Amino acid sequence: MIDPAGPHAAAVARLWWVMLGGSALLAALVFALLTVAMRRREAPDAHTPKARVWIVWLGLIMPSTVLAVLLGYALVLGGRILPTPAPDGVAIGVEARRYDWAFRHPGLGGTRNVLHMPANRPVDLRITSTDVIHSVWVPRLAGKMDAIPGHTNTLRLVASRPGTYRGECAEYCGPGHKDHGFTVVVHDARGWAAFTGAAR
Amino acid sequence: MKALKLHQELTAIWRNAPGWRGTLCSVNHSDIGKRFIVGAFAFFAIGGVLAMLIRAQLATPASAFVGPEVYNQLFTMHGSIMMFLFAIPMFEGLALYLLPKMLGARDMAYPRLSALGWWCYLFGGSILIVAMLAGVAPDAGWFLYPPLSGKQWTPGINSDVWLLGITFVEISAMCAAIEIAVSILRLRAPGMRIDRMPLFAWYLLATAAMMLFGFPPLILGSILLEIERAFGWPFYTPALGGSPLLWQHLFWLFGHPEVYIIFLPAAGAVSTILPVMARTRILAYGALVAAVMALAFLSFGLWVHHMFTTGIPHMALGFFSAASTLVAIPTAVQVFAWIGTLWSGRPQMKLPMLYLIGFFVVFVLGGLTGVMLAVVPFDQQAHDTAFVTAHLHYVLVGGFVFPMLAAAYYWLPHFTGRERVMQLGETAFWLIFVGFNLTFFMMHLTGLLGMPRRIDTYSDAMGWTWLNLLSSVGSFVMAFGFALFTIDVGLQIWLGRHHRRNPWHAGTLEWAMAIPAPAYNFASLPQVAGRDPLYDQPDLGVALARGEGWLGATRHGWRETLAVDMVTGEPDHIVILPGNSWLPIATAGVLAGFFLAMLAGLYWIAPLFLVGVGAIGWRWAWTNGAREDYGTLPAGQGVALPPSTEALGTTGWWGSVFALAASATLFASLLFGYAFLWTVAPDWPPPQLIARTVLEPSLALLGAVLAIVAVRRVGPDGRTALAVAAGGQIALILALVLLVVLRLPSPASHAYAATGAVVAAYAIFHATLAATMLAFARARIASGHIGGARLGELRIVRLWSDHAAGAGVVATLLLALPGWIA
Repeated sequence: MIDPAGPHAAAVARLWWVMLGGSALLAALVFALLTVAMRRREAPDAHTPKARVWIVWLGLIMPSTVLAVLLGYALVLGGRILPTPAPDGVAIGVEARRYDWAFRHPGLGGTRNVLHMPANRPVDLRITSTDVIHSVWVPRLAGKMDAIPGHTNTLRLVASRPGTYRGECAEYCGPGHKDHGFTVVVHDARGWAAFTGAAR
Repeated sequence: MKALKLHQELTAIWRNAPGWRGTLCSVNHSDIGKRFIVGAFAFFAIGGVLAMLIRAQLATPASAFVGPEVYNQLFTMHGSIMMFLFAIPMFEGLALYLLPKMLGARDMAYPRLSALGWWCYLFGGSILIVAMLAGVAPDAGWFLYPPLSGKQWTPGINSDVWLLGITFVEISAMCAAIEIAVSILRLRAPGMRIDRMPLFAWYLLATAAMMLFGFPPLILGSILLEIERAFGWPFYTPALGGSPLLWQHLFWLFGHPEVYIIFLPAAGAVSTILPVMARTRILAYGALVAAVMALAFLSFGLWVHHMFTTGIPHMALGFFSAASTLVAIPTAVQVFAWIGTLWSGRPQMKLPMLYLIGFFVVFVLGGLTGVMLAVVPFDQQAHDTAFVTAHLHYVLVGGFVFPMLAAAYYWLPHFTGRERVMQLGETAFWLIFVGFNLTFFMMHLTGLLGMPRRIDTYSDAMGWTWLNLLSSVGSFVMAFGFALFTIDVGLQIWLGRHHRRNPWHAGTLEWAMAIPAPAYNFASLPQVAGRDPLYDQPDLGVALARGEGWLGATRHGWRETLAVDMVTGEPDHIVILPGNSWLPIATAGVLAGFFLAMLAGLYWIAPLFLVGVGAIGWRWAWTNGAREDYGTLPAGQGVALPPSTEALGTTGWWGSVFALAASATLFASLLFGYAFLWTVAPDWPPPQLIARTVLEPSLALLGAVLAIVAVRRVGPDGRTALAVAAGGQIALILALVLLVVLRLPSPASHAYAATGAVVAAYAIFHATLAATMLAFARARIASGHIGGARLGELRIVRLWSDHAAGAGVVATLLLALPGWIA
C-alpha cells in the first residue's frame, strides 16, 4: 500500500502520508497539553484557560475544520477512482471460490489464478463469488472489493507499468484463506496485443 | 445505640441467606455486580490466553504450531469472548455495583432481573467455553459472516454455538440495559435533579439507551441465521431471494454502536476518577453531557463504514464517511474537557491517574487512526488488514481496558475496604503499556505492508517477519503485566490494611458509606443539593449512618428505597423491592435447557422449555404486589409517600416501556430486513408466491380494535372487558396463523415467505404474551392483588396489549400488501 504501482494506489498513498502528518501534529498537540497540565503545580488562577477555550475552540472548531478539509479531499479522491466509463477500458470477469480465482478476459478463454491486464489502461473487474464472501485485493494497485454471492461488484485497477504483482483474498473465507491468492501480470501494449492475439 | 439497632434491622432484611443457598438466591446488586466483574475478568483471562496462542502462531513465518482449523477457532473465540463475555459484562458489573451507591439508593430497580442476567451470562458463556474445549468452537470470525457461517460451509455445530450462546448472554445485556435506564431515571436520592446526576450516571444512561436500540438488530440477525441453519429458511441465501449483505447490515447496526457501548461506561469512569485525581471538579459538565448524547445518537448512523468494500454506491459511502468522521467531534470535546480539568486542578500522579495517562495516549492514537479509516479510499486499502486490527485494539484497549484498570485501582478499596500493599501496580502498568504498544504499533506497519487479518501463516518473503516477532514479544510482555495486576489485586484482598472511609476525598455518594459496603448501602438515604454531595457536606456519611436521612427506619421487613421524579428529583413513592429468590436461577436454568436442546438439534423439545419459562414468569410476577392498601407511609423528613403498589408511573411500568422499545426495535429491524431484501433481490416477492386476501386482514383489524378499545375499559372489576380484550388478541393470532398457513408458500422455499413467517411469528408471540397477561390480570383481580388504589398492573398490561395489537396490524398489512399491489 505504501509502495504504489498505479495512479489510484499512488493517490491513496499520498492521502495516507497527509493523514499521517496531520495525525502526528494533532497527537503532539494533545500530548503536549496533557504534559503541561500534569506538570502545573500552582493553584488555579486567572491564567487558567476558560471552558470556552477547551470546549468551543479545541473541542468543536478545531476538529470540525480539520475533518471538513479531510472529507472534501477524500470525496474528490474517491470520485476520481470510481469506475467511470472509459473508451480504452477493459472489462474482466472475476469469479471467486474456495480456493481459487477464475478470470474471464474479453474475447478470450478463462484463466485460473492469473489475471492478465494491460498497463496504463483502466481495467474494470466485475467481481462475484460462487460460494462464500471473498475480497479481491491487489495491494499495490488499488483498494479492495468484496466478492459476494448473488452480487456483482466493480473494481477499477490501473497499473502504471508492466510487471507482476501479488493479489490476495482479503476477506476471511475458511481454512484455506491464507493461500487464496493470485498473480497479476501487467503487460505493455505489445505484450497485451500478443496475449489477446495469441489466445485468439 | 439507635444507629446500631437500625444497622442490625437493615442487615437482617437485606442480607443473603447463609450457605450456598444464599449464594444461589442472592439478588443483592453488590453481590451480582462483583460476580459480573470477577466473571468478566475470568473470561478476559481466557481470551488473553487465546491471544497468546494467536501471537505464538504468528511469531514466525510458516509456523505449524496450531494449524488453520484450530487457529480459526482461536481468533473467532478471542474476538467473541472479549466483546461479549468480557467488555460488556465488565461494565455491567461495574454499573450494577456502583450505580445505586452513586445515586443514593439501596439497590437497582429490579434486583431479580440482575440475578437473572448474571445466571444467563454464566450459563451462556460456559456453553461457549465448553464447546471450545470440545474442539467445536465457532470458527467463522467474530462477525460470523454468512454464507461462510451457514450450514453448507460450516456444517458442524460451531456456528450454532456462537448464535445460541451469544444470544443467551445477550439476555443479560438486555436485562442490564432496562434496569440501568430505569434505576438512573427513577431511583435517585431526593434532590438529585437531572442536572445534578453524577456524570457516570449520564454515561450509563446513554449506554443503556444504546443497548436498547443496538442489541435487538443483532439478536434478530442471530435468530434468523439460526433458523436458516436449523430449518433451512433462506434469509441470507441469494439463490432463494436472500442476501448475505442483510446479515452485515444487521450485524453492524449493532456492531458499531457496540464500540461506544463499551467506550462510554469507561469514559464515564474517566470523568469520575479524573477530577478526583486532579483535586478539582469536572470542567464543562453540560458540554460533556451533550457530547455523550451526541455520540450515542451519531453512532447509529455510521454502521456502513464497516462495509465500505461491499460495493455500496459512492454517494452513500460519502454520507456514511461524513457521519463516521463526525463522531470525532464529541470525542474531541470530551478529551479537551478532561485535559482542561487537569489543567485547572492540581493533579496527583497516583496509580489510577497513571492508568488514565495510559488511556489518553493509547486512545488518542486509536481515535486518529479511526478518522483515517472513516475516509473511504484509505479504508478500501486498509480494510481487513492488520492495520484495522491495530486500530480496534488501540480504541478498545485504550478506551476500555486502561480506564477499567484505573477504575479497578480507584474502586477496589470500596469492594475490599483495604489498602494496597506493594508498588506492584506501577510495574504492572509499565509492562502492560509498553507491551501493548509494542504489539499493536507494529500491526499498523504490517497492515500497511499488506498483511491481511485472519491468516494463520505467511511466507518469509512478505517482509513481515520481524514486525510479527516484535508484536508477539510485546504481547507476552503485556500478558506478564496483567498477571502482575492480578497478583497485586490478590495481595490487596488478602493482606491489605483496613482503609478509612473515602480514601480519595471524592465527592460522589458511593464514598458516603462504610467500606466494604453493607448489603443495604445506606442506613438512610441522602438529600442532595449539588453535583458533589460529599464536597458540600463531608460528614454526610456519618449522618446517614445515624439514620438522619430518608427512610431511616424499617417496617414490615420490606426492602425499601425511594423513587423520585425523573427531572426534578422530588420524592415520589416508596419502592418495595423483592428479596432473595430462587426464580432467577430457575429461569436461567430452564432457558439453558432451551438453548442446549436447540444446540443438540432437539427442535421439538426446545419449545417445552419456553413454556417452562412462561410458567416461571407467571410465578415471578405473582410474587409482586400486595392485597391491601397502605395509604401513604412516613418516608422521613416529615414526608409521607405511597408505596409502589399504590403509585402511578412505577418502575415496573417504565421497565415495560423500555422492554417494548427494545422489542419494537427488533421488529423494526425485521421490517428493515424485509424492505432491504425487496430492494436488493431481483423479482422480490416472486409474483407466483403472492395471494390476494381480504378475510384475514379484516379479522386482524377487528381483533386489534377490540383489544385496544376493551383494554381501556378495564377497571378493578372489569372482568368482561378483560375477556373481550383477550378475545381480540386471539382473533389476531388466528388471522396471522391463517395468513401463514393458507396464503404464504413454505418458508423454506423463498426469502419472501421466510421473512413473512418471522414477521407473523413476532406478532403472534406478542399477542400470545398479551393474552396471557390479560388472563393474569383477571386472576389478580380475583385474588385481590388488583383493587383499591393498586391499579399499576393494569396499566402495564395495557401497554403490552396495545403493543401486541399494533404489531399484529402492521404484520397483517405487510403480509397482505404484496397481494393487493401486485
